[in-house]
Amino acid sequence: MLIKIAKPSDLHESEVTPESIYLSRRRFMGGLAGLGAGLALAGNATAQEQPSDYADVPEGDAPEWFKAKRDAAEWQAIVPSDPSQDKMAPFADASGYNNFFEFGTGKSDPARKAGSLITQPWSVVIDGEVNNAGRFALEDIAKPSQFEERIYRLRCVEAWSMVIPWLGISLADVIQRAEPTSKAKYVRFETLVDPEQMPGQRSSFGLIDWPYVEGLRLDEAMHPLSFLAMGMYGRELPNQNGAPLRLVVPWKYGFKSIKSIVRISLVEEEPLNSWQQIAANEYGFYANVNPEVDHPRWSQATERRLPNSLFNTNIIDTRMFNGYGDEVASLYADMDLRTHY
Amino acid sequence: MPMPTYFITLWRVGVFISALVPLGWWSLQVANNMAGPEPGRYLLLNIGQAALWLLLLTLTLTPLTKLTRWKGFSVIRRQLGLWTLAYAFLHLMCYVLFILGLDWAQLGSEIIKRPYIIVGMLALLGLAVLGATSNRWAMRKLGKRWKTLHKLIYVILALVLLHFLWIVRADMQEWFLYAMAGALLMCLRIPAISRMLPKIRQRLKHFA
Repeated sequence: MLIKIAKPSDLHESEVTPESIYLSRRRFMGGLAGLGAGLALAGNATAQEQPSDYADVPEGDAPEWFKAKRDAAEWQAIVPSDPSQDKMAPFADASGYNNFFEFGTGKSDPARKAGSLITQPWSVVIDGEVNNAGRFALEDIAKPSQFEERIYRLRCVEAWSMVIPWLGISLADVIQRAEPTSKAKYVRFETLVDPEQMPGQRSSFGLIDWPYVEGLRLDEAMHPLSFLAMGMYGRELPNQNGAPLRLVVPWKYGFKSIKSIVRISLVEEEPLNSWQQIAANEYGFYANVNPEVDHPRWSQATERRLPNSLFNTNIIDTRMFNGYGDEVASLYADMDLRTHY
Repeated sequence: MPMPTYFITLWRVGVFISALVPLGWWSLQVANNMAGPEPGRYLLLNIGQAALWLLLLTLTLTPLTKLTRWKGFSVIRRQLGLWTLAYAFLHLMCYVLFILGLDWAQLGSEIIKRPYIIVGMLALLGLAVLGATSNRWAMRKLGKRWKTLHKLIYVILALVLLHFLWIVRADMQEWFLYAMAGALLMCLRIPAISRMLPKIRQRLKHFA
């Protein structure tokens, strides 16, 4: 299913790359048979038509089904309207600077410690107010959907941000296939709990009551921008970025984009997300990016776009709904976003 | 045990250089792109943590002197105190430069609005007062009141730990260890316990 964004003022869909060109490039890159044809085709294609090229990104260890989905992906389905400001973060930064408390509290802890996470095989329980409840292999969740690349701004609640190219499927697709009943009002997500694999869960001083829980209102979850990522930078997700399945909700603070999901439940009541459990005065259920509502400990009016340097802090104005307001503001038309932060 | 003057001088210079090493190391990391995508924040956090280390180290010197009677501990007390002040000041500079982007107006509003910033600024102010009165002239001027004034360091320790506590996010372990260390050092100031320290030394000597 191809998602078309109604108001393309901020984002536009780039041209779809013909699969043949993409596949030929793969052959070319791999130095396999068909080199000549690959070269010819690649040479004919304009820059915009080419699939995203992440030459210096290390290949992971993706299962075959992932590679097949990737090779048939729609590249750059959503890109920032102003690529000069929204420059993509280098892979090393996006995969080396993470908040993933299951693997420690430091920004580099996840990259150092997430190697212990076993992501193959992986299954997800879909349950609650749905007709098609059950446990599904990740592969079976991915298969019926079109893989897309979406380049989103990620705004952390800690006032930094990065631009990251995700690879995955529309969340609405997955929810539709589960067939929510009329009682379903919210979607609740849960991260894996396994202290053996996740050292952060072994700490006796931890404040999070595992599992990490996040939630969306059903209409938020069904919004075309809501995304389930399985990859980034043209490869599968590194463990520290929430492999093998994570949520990406680009108009909300990053903590809403829950990682390493093992359960998706359609529920009647608003789920109590983990950060709200710890500090409800600082983190709400909605957590929409909002420059006018400060975090109690810092201003949200600006953000540091990463990577930055000592001489250029790259501080930019934070935009309402992280710049996705044209698409999502209508979801909150009658709400006071100061009380529903 | 009497020590030759040159040894004391060497020891002080050694401590001075050691206190500079972390700054040099982090600068090297930043210069070589090894400090991650947000080097300013990397410096901010590391320097802040080092300031807390220095504060705790400074507070170990008096109990250590009592326990060992080694003069070397007391001759670096002022130096380590001043290093604590220097690191705390650099920590604030990192915040102003790299987090606020040199927006002084915002610093003004943050100081009023954010409790953890207020507490941090008060701690720094306290350290500055102690630093300014750490010279011989001030000691002479203040006389007996000097000692009372410099008990402010205990209040500063509490403020610093509170400043740290209010930025803890998901796990208390690190903060808890620092708080325990601070609490232990405070316990050693309780007169009854403080008086026991030289006796412990005697007893150790007896066994040795």
